[in-house]
Amino acid sequence: MRIPTLVKGLAAAAILAVSATAALAEKIVVSNWDGYMPKDIAEKFKAATGIDLEVSVHATNEEIMGKVTASGGQGYDVLFVSSPFAEALNKMGLLAPIDAAKIPNLKNLYPEATQLKHDPGNTFSVPYTWGTTGLCYRSDLVKSEPDSWASLLNPADDVKGKTTMLATDRWLMAPAFLLAGKSVNTTEQADLDAARDQLIATKKTLLAYDDTTFYSKLVSGEASLVEAWDGWCNYGIASKPEIKYVIPKEGSDLWVDTMVITKAAANPEGAAKFIDFIMNADNGKWMVENIMYKSPNKAAMDALDPAMLKQYPNMAIAPAELLKFEQLRDLGDGMKAFSKTVSEIMAAK
Amino acid sequence: MLPGLFWLMALMVLPCLLIFGLIFFERGIYGGIDWSAMTLENIRRAFDPLYAVILWDSFRIAGLATAIALLVGYPAAYAISKAPEKAQTALLFLAILPFWTNYLIRTYAWIVLLNPAGLINTALASIGLGPWPLLYNEFAVVLGLVYNYTPFVILAIFAALQRLDPSYAEASRDLGATAATTFWRITLPLTAPGVAAGAVFVFVLSIGNFITPDLLGGGKFQMAGNLIYDQFLTARDWPFGATLSAGLIIIMLILLFAQALFSRRAMGER
Repeated sequence: MRIPTLVKGLAAAAILAVSATAALAEKIVVSNWDGYMPKDIAEKFKAATGIDLEVSVHATNEEIMGKVTASGGQGYDVLFVSSPFAEALNKMGLLAPIDAAKIPNLKNLYPEATQLKHDPGNTFSVPYTWGTTGLCYRSDLVKSEPDSWASLLNPADDVKGKTTMLATDRWLMAPAFLLAGKSVNTTEQADLDAARDQLIATKKTLLAYDDTTFYSKLVSGEASLVEAWDGWCNYGIASKPEIKYVIPKEGSDLWVDTMVITKAAANPEGAAKFIDFIMNADNGKWMVENIMYKSPNKAAMDALDPAMLKQYPNMAIAPAELLKFEQLRDLGDGMKAFSKTVSEIMAAK
Repeated sequence: MLPGLFWLMALMVLPCLLIFGLIFFERGIYGGIDWSAMTLENIRRAFDPLYAVILWDSFRIAGLATAIALLVGYPAAYAISKAPEKAQTALLFLAILPFWTNYLIRTYAWIVLLNPAGLINTALASIGLGPWPLLYNEFAVVLGLVYNYTPFVILAIFAALQRLDPSYAEASRDLGATAATTFWRITLPLTAPGVAAGAVFVFVLSIGNFITPDLLGGGKFQMAGNLIYDQFLTARDWPFGATLSAGLIIIMLILLFAQALFSRRAMGER
């Protein structure tokens, strides 16, 4: 009996030794939406820095929030999240400060991109993409070109039953707030009640709430006017040039997807190198050409083929214009009243 | 018995206890759970009439789906039980064949069929009818639920019909009852436990379903499943989501208990 035990012990020691050597090879873990960076990013990053990159995928902000809050950020070095979530993670003390000295490519950002309201000076987050939420429509199917949120919320007869709104709570409510001249972050009960009444009336005129296939509904002609993120409208424009995008005259929100480093990161140096790598002009250009979002990275936008800006006019919106719009912020304690209002709208007939 | 008990504890009792535990805490300001103080606030919030309305709507839609699934499933199960033994296996296999495809894909397939430019409306148009609004309404939601859960009804009722001793029906016919009377007074009452089991399957699964209302209802129908999903994922209010879940679990337990009592009584009468 002794000998096998000894052999087992030796084997265990050998395994330990092997894994110890393996741990010496540097590695970082990044969680991102599926397809939101080049497929070969791991090979490229390894070639550039010698660091192994493990990409994990989350389907929504909420999903990664759940994982990170449950584990305190353990197991992740870099996360891609939308700005209100970056803000919440930071307030919960789960993020590491961004050290500008370690990310020289921060210089590629437009000056406006360093002054975002959720994080002026990029102290805990680095913007990856940004854009607006507006109206995406079939110019050949609508009688008059939409120019206001009222075109969606109180639709003319020719588009009734052929409109969709975004289903995610914050973007579901934003058009009603904007039309009423309120902040997209309001949690005043009177504003919530007014938005609820408007949106319940609007619900009867909708084809559907849709976060994921609204642009294909435009392409097929099922819908003729939809609330859309500008980048997603571009997917429709790509297959049907009659599709157009407009920011309503009452304005839009400014949405920003960001990169953050967790406080629990096992390899903060590698994390900074990764963000620096993503910030180079090539990777930024890949994102714009393939995801069709605008980039806050000036070097990437300058590298674009001007024909692209012509085909997708919303890509040419100037950063100074974007900054005029209010960003969605974490609602904190206001979330309970806000989410109850959303339930009221959803339950209404 | 012991391994069974272990799995029941690990996969059923513990998760339920976790949910029940969360009820007494509040959402932290930035999401997550504030463990610092216990409160009954979530229970007070859950008694808002709004949630009763949503629950009632879910019951109505799930009830409708259950009724239709039974009306479709019983004749199907009956026909299968009367088929030659060799064919039975093949027919049951066909009934569960859809489960080999992912639920989401099957639901998207219905969108392809039902949309205004879809197969059904195109076919209708070719004979001068339509287009009918088949998608993004209650009809589509109920259809999706019936489609997905009817196989459970077929299996449950088929099992009950299999266990039924054919001599009861023969005796009834011998004593001069018509086929219809035999079915209503002998076969149906004796297979009631199978009907009840199938009904509970459809009802419970429908209440908790959030994908079908989202995709086929165009997000316009808030069922209990959607409400709980939204509390956990969108509002990041786990304690309140847990409270609503607990309420649903309690109501479902009462229903299951009632069904068990009913089955036992039906068995006892035999």
